[in-house]
Amino acid sequence: MYKVKVYVTLRENVLDPQGNAVKGALHTLNYYEVQDVRIGKFMELVVEKSDRDIDTVVKEMCEKLLANTVIEDYRYDIEEVVVQ
Amino acid sequence: MKFAVVVFPGSNCDVDMYHAIADELGEDVEYVWHDAHCLDEFDAILLPGGFSYGDYLRSGAIARFSNVMKAIKKAADEGKPILGVCNGFQILLEAGLLPGAMRRNDTLTFICRPVKLRVENNETMFTSQYEPGEVITIPIAHGEGNYYCDEQTLQQLIANNQIVFRYEGENPNGSLQNIAGIVNEKGNVLGMMPHPERAVHELLGGADGLKLFQSIVTYWRDAHVVTT
Repeated sequence: MYKVKVYVTLRENVLDPQGNAVKGALHTLNYYEVQDVRIGKFMELVVEKSDRDIDTVVKEMCEKLLANTVIEDYRYDIEEVVVQ
Repeated sequence: MKFAVVVFPGSNCDVDMYHAIADELGEDVEYVWHDAHCLDEFDAILLPGGFSYGDYLRSGAIARFSNVMKAIKKAADEGKPILGVCNGFQILLEAGLLPGAMRRNDTLTFICRPVKLRVENNETMFTSQYEPGEVITIPIAHGEGNYYCDEQTLQQLIANNQIVFRYEGENPNGSLQNIAGIVNEKGNVLGMMPHPERAVHELLGGADGLKLFQSIVTYWRDAHVVTT
């Protein structure tokens, strides 16, 4: 069994209006050291072992559905867990 | 001529679309549920606005895997007119039938009001009844209508005259190049954020959207009805 954590954010060159609004709010709280805020999505998947390579499967799922690669970047961590 | 209005779980402009075709345009129209496999009996396919699958993950991201999308792709390949309005546009983008993607409005608010649009290309099967450069008023109602595509795609859109509608005057959502609606390269798939089906009668505040549907009918009659 695998625990997969997927992180999706807007691409670097795509303006993030939500991130900008949150940055402005942090500045009004006097956190002027905040240079940039990017808002994204965090997904946790529990994936059963199969004969397919887990990295290939997760990458495929990200490309097909979890991220829209026109505007979003993704990265993921895969952790193998032992079922008790 | 027979229109299909595709209904996804969460569509909410399907009835307006149906009314526009049945009562104002006066053509045949049927609702088609999202699990339909075949659209062969229809001459044009309309994807209405709304919040298909609750806009979960991204607007249109889940709807694009519906059974009916395979039939819509087939109809697109056959050259049938396909119109996606608002969430329908978002679904067409997610399905790859149109290039680009939607971001949240730059205001971060849901905007619901009439806007002015310029008809940038009146030589499509959707806009032939408009004058070149005509400015029309059509309502918008969306939170994610901030169109984006990469520079290369934008240059292709411009070169092929695929930008059909631009916001005139003020851009409500921050979309690239004031884009409000685009067609595919072949010209038979139109996606637009404004709602022409909400502007088909003066009682609704204006009838500027009716010509879009009349254009589709004109195109179809020219292609299919032999006049003697």
